[in-house]
Amino acid sequence: MTAELTRMTAAEMASAIAAGQVSAVEVTQAHLDAIAAVDGRVHAFLHVSAEIALAAASAVDARRAAGQPLGPLAGVPIAVKDVFTTADMPTTCGSRILDGWQPPYESTVTRRLREAGAVILGKTNMDEFAMGSSTENSAFGPSRNPWDLTRVPGGSSGGSAAAVAAFEAPLGTGTDTGGSIRQPAAVCGIVGMKPTYGGSSRYGVVAFASSLDTPGPLARTVLDAALLHEAMSGHDPCDSTSIDAPVPPVVAAAQQADVEGMRIGVVTELGGEGYQPGVLARFGEAVELLESLGAKIIEVSCPHFGYALPAYYLIAPSECSSNLARFDAMRYGLRCGDDGTRSAEEVMSLTRGEGFGAEVKRRIILGTYALSSGYYDAYYGKAQQVRTLVTRDFDTAFGQVDVLISPSTPTTAFRIGERADDPMAMYLADLCTIPSDLAGNAALSVPCGLAPDDGLPVGLQIMAPVLGDDRAYRVGAAVEAALRERWGHPLLDEAPELTADGMGAAGARSTK
Amino acid sequence: MPITRDEVAHLARLSRLALTDEELDHFAAQLEVIISAVARVQEVTAEGIPPTSHAVPLTNVFRPDVVVPPLGAAAALAAAPAVEEQRFRVPRILTEG
Repeated sequence: MTAELTRMTAAEMASAIAAGQVSAVEVTQAHLDAIAAVDGRVHAFLHVSAEIALAAASAVDARRAAGQPLGPLAGVPIAVKDVFTTADMPTTCGSRILDGWQPPYESTVTRRLREAGAVILGKTNMDEFAMGSSTENSAFGPSRNPWDLTRVPGGSSGGSAAAVAAFEAPLGTGTDTGGSIRQPAAVCGIVGMKPTYGGSSRYGVVAFASSLDTPGPLARTVLDAALLHEAMSGHDPCDSTSIDAPVPPVVAAAQQADVEGMRIGVVTELGGEGYQPGVLARFGEAVELLESLGAKIIEVSCPHFGYALPAYYLIAPSECSSNLARFDAMRYGLRCGDDGTRSAEEVMSLTRGEGFGAEVKRRIILGTYALSSGYYDAYYGKAQQVRTLVTRDFDTAFGQVDVLISPSTPTTAFRIGERADDPMAMYLADLCTIPSDLAGNAALSVPCGLAPDDGLPVGLQIMAPVLGDDRAYRVGAAVEAALRERWGHPLLDEAPELTADGMGAAGARSTK
Repeated sequence: MPITRDEVAHLARLSRLALTDEELDHFAAQLEVIISAVARVQEVTAEGIPPTSHAVPLTNVFRPDVVVPPLGAAAALAAAPAVEEQRFRVPRILTEG
């Protein structure tokens, strides 16, 4: 029974709990057991709050017993990225500088999740302050990809992606600044959505690059992602960049799952040289599949997308160098070298030198460089102009097509350590996802099979216009349904079974 | 060479990051590669193109001027590295004293 419970979708769990077929406490306990069994190997979680989770689940059961209305995610367990502040659980952002920090306030996203009845299991691992594409930049050690424990689960929301793929939780939250939801979702074989910027609140999300940071859902199915998207999103007066408009009808779109007559653009610039052949093979099949489902496929050129990655690695570090100035060792977090002889400035420098990891330091220095007088126009200023040109490429493209598609990542999951000390190689993992962060539009990643060359998951990225999030879900759900029919089972059924001792045999089923 | 070791040391001082000699050597070499790569943005002809600072148009946002309960001293000080007389205790900020 326990294993069956953890393999249900979030939608199935919610209806089984609402119908009284299973209690929320049983569902939560099954997931806590799964975490106890496999997380020693996967290391998706930095902190598991069993007591708080079981109390929240009991509250759902009590509400149901009393005949009170239940929220849309009532009793559904969720893994929360450790970048969302939680008033009853530590929030570290994967950094030594915040080790053990207990925030005095709750993020809007987690508050909404609790109000929707979701049960927060704990906080998941991430690249330090969301800077990275592998979780290797976490001060607390990397998470591992459930498909192959020697490989990265992507990042920065790699802990949430690994937890969902390893059946430790049906849902996870992430944040996407340059691809940090879609890239880990793709390499873990699950669904990840970056909503339109401003569609979900940044209040209580520890800031990395404020003009880009976008909270969003990770799930095993497109419908589950939509349910979570709807529950966590919406206007928030506490975030001045929050969009004051209704959440796009993402759940209805996921249920519609139909591309008949839609115009779908294949982005010329996101493919070809530098892409893994196995990724391109599965992407090509997805294009054919969409055509067979009645979509009209059009090749579209976005000539400035090639400059999106360099522009991003100027804009994001510039914003981070400013945002991370708040970690000054004075009011909260780590303080080093305060021996009574050193000045505040010396203590601040020592603390930041000790408390931040290599990637965070590199980006702070890079951002400080890009914003320096004498360099500003050539670097930050130019990058902001590229941002305009990338946005115009999207505007032109969406004049011709309803959505754009590409591979979600240039390669499948790479090996732990392979790119750890080669920042430029690491940055390339976000090549396909960055354009939508710069332009702020919605973009979804759905699994589209295993790469024939290494047997690892490949993601299909579906990009939709600003506030056209529902379109991405509609296409993603159609692809998911057609592939499931072709394979006879969900992709994750092919993942090796995880046990406490290691990995069992590879999945018995095959999509080949 | 787009960036020197001395420049990295200067930027680290501006950023209040105490770096070791090894870190300085390592970062200087890596930042040279990164800056050469991101300098590609200069290839774009951007004459007359306005900069974008934010993905969505930003307008000033107002809220009703309603008093809400503040955090409270105990909660605000709960995570402080050092507390004295219900205040944050910080290292000296002046050189003399």
